[in-house]
Amino acid sequence: MSGQTLYDKLWNQHLVKQRDDGTALIYIDRQLLHEVTSPQAFEGLRLANRKPWRLDANLATPDHNVPTTIKERAEGNSGIKDPVSLIQVQTLDDNCLEYGIEEFKINDPRQGIVHVVGPEQGATLPGMTVVCGDSHTATHGAFGALAHGIGTSEVEHVMATQCLLAQKMKNMQVRVEGALGLGVTAKDVVLAIIGKIGTAGGTGYAIEFAGSAIASLSMEGRMTVCNMAIEAGARVGLIAVDDTTIDYLAKRPFAPTAEQWEAAVTDWRNLVSDDDAQFDKVVILQAEEIEPQVSWGTSPEMVTGISGQVPDPLAALDETVQRSHTRALEYMGLHANQKITDIKLDKIFIGSCTNSRIEDLREAAKVAKGNKVANSIKLAMVVPGSGLVKRQAEAEGLDKIFIEAGFEWREPGCSMCLAMNADKLGAGEHCASTSNRNFEGRQGYGGRTHLVSPAMAAAAAIAGHFVDVRSLPANDATHAQEA
Amino acid sequence: MKKFERFKGVVAPLDRANVDTDLIIPKQFLKSIKRTGFGVNLFDELRYLDEGQPGQDCSQRPLNPDFVLNQQRFKGSEVLLARRNFGCGSSREHAPWALEDFGFKVVIAPSFADIFYNNSFKNGILLITFPEDVVDRLFAEVELSEGYQLDVDLENQRVVTPSGEILEFEVDEFRKHCLLEGLDDIGLTLKDEDAIRAFEQKHKAARPWLFRQSA
Repeated sequence: MSGQTLYDKLWNQHLVKQRDDGTALIYIDRQLLHEVTSPQAFEGLRLANRKPWRLDANLATPDHNVPTTIKERAEGNSGIKDPVSLIQVQTLDDNCLEYGIEEFKINDPRQGIVHVVGPEQGATLPGMTVVCGDSHTATHGAFGALAHGIGTSEVEHVMATQCLLAQKMKNMQVRVEGALGLGVTAKDVVLAIIGKIGTAGGTGYAIEFAGSAIASLSMEGRMTVCNMAIEAGARVGLIAVDDTTIDYLAKRPFAPTAEQWEAAVTDWRNLVSDDDAQFDKVVILQAEEIEPQVSWGTSPEMVTGISGQVPDPLAALDETVQRSHTRALEYMGLHANQKITDIKLDKIFIGSCTNSRIEDLREAAKVAKGNKVANSIKLAMVVPGSGLVKRQAEAEGLDKIFIEAGFEWREPGCSMCLAMNADKLGAGEHCASTSNRNFEGRQGYGGRTHLVSPAMAAAAAIAGHFVDVRSLPANDATHAQEA
Repeated sequence: MKKFERFKGVVAPLDRANVDTDLIIPKQFLKSIKRTGFGVNLFDELRYLDEGQPGQDCSQRPLNPDFVLNQQRFKGSEVLLARRNFGCGSSREHAPWALEDFGFKVVIAPSFADIFYNNSFKNGILLITFPEDVVDRLFAEVELSEGYQLDVDLENQRVVTPSGEILEFEVDEFRKHCLLEGLDDIGLTLKDEDAIRAFEQKHKAARPWLFRQSA
């Protein structure tokens, strides 16, 4: 018998019951809640007269609707000008109070994007099953946790039963081998992977990211990669546990301590795929071949390297692809064979659950330092992923670097990633965005999103159009310092 | 949840691959704390010529005459015919809520995104996967024949076309059972309450750090 993959191990450790009809009950260790996908679940519990199964498994924070300007946030919930958004945030507060669920409220320094908050608190641990009514829950797989994005009915199901009804997925390994080039980041890696396997390439699979390039990433970088597993169609992204994982978690508020920490670490060391594990599919990329990526279309698979150009839709062999590409170029206001470096930007967004952690802000700040945002840019904003990330950045003086360069320094939240709050694109505006989705209208009605890394977004802010971050002096300096 | 019964319904074709959940229901409508009322904003950005706002009276908004659901011949359609990777993107259950509220009972496509797939069945919507060539053929038939209807028979796992052709489909037993009986799966899971408690105790003994007293 062949060995087990990391996914197999996590599945087996949480299997409550395998049913004859192919479905299984999986025990859930952690549920993260936010204001958008939980109100109907709480309402369902209330209507059925049910109680949450295990309160300490839940942790809540508002993130999607919260305003990000410092002035509005100073007013707490009453700073939310949109009455409908306010009701949603208030409803989360009320539900958490009623049921006794721990919540980091709007102005708690620990508030932030759920997928930044969970790991930062150590509320996400290796070997856990983690769910949240948000597809980017895949992020937590970076810790060797089995993390699923779920719908609201499932949020209610987990609250009521502490279990998820699931079917075992297939195993895919995506291996990135070699050393990443200077200026090439985790974001570029995951965009290159999606470009290669497509937005449905991972459907039905749990993807384990492996290989020397993945192992060399920090936890922040690993979270960026797993975060976008869903953009390749996979609900679950995973990375094996190693010293990097364990070092990150030590002394986090929710992490175990003393003897329990030792026992946990011993247990976590097993959270790797066995050498003889069999994957249903293996995809290999060479790190050296990956250059900084820029998406040009309306699906994350519509992506290319910075030295590339917008493709000619008619060059596609498949008719459905031809039509999608034609429609995408029309929406994006781009033309076939246009150079990526010729795309001009109107707005810059550095933030989101993909790229708003301290390392992301450091990378962007290195590029921004001593430079000015181009006059043609209407708005360049930096939105930290949590109150703690914001504090850390301020302690390092990153806020000053951004502000001096002409960026707005904001309060934490999902912000312009999906524009549920006031931060949005106007029709026709091009945005260099460190978020995860470039769907039509995602960042605002008629808005045009280009997905990039934090360093590439900062470089685009300064130039006013896309530039190869590898050509900037900041990179050489960075390299020299680190070497 | 209502029981899923055999029915014959008008088919509306949405000829576009990778339809994401942002397109099915844009984010501004996610601010509602209810499960109902999303139907008027289904495919909002394709359906109307202006930008929609939550709570707005949509009867006064300018319609996009080119959009399939605005065309007279597809009025009252209950079956949506779509392309590959339908429902990709976010986990918002508002997407199936909007489809259901609009009146769709079935979506047919060559493939669906995982989370959307789960969410739809939990709301009584049947998703049918047919091979790409069969979907191509259905698109051609719908195009040619006004009032084109499909007879959807979940019990026997088949769809019957107007010409009498029978197309069989796969669906997993549990989901089929829940749909046909209109079952609440939380109630079903709670029948295993003892098994869950037993697992939980064993799990806590083995890995106590996964359980936490409140901070």
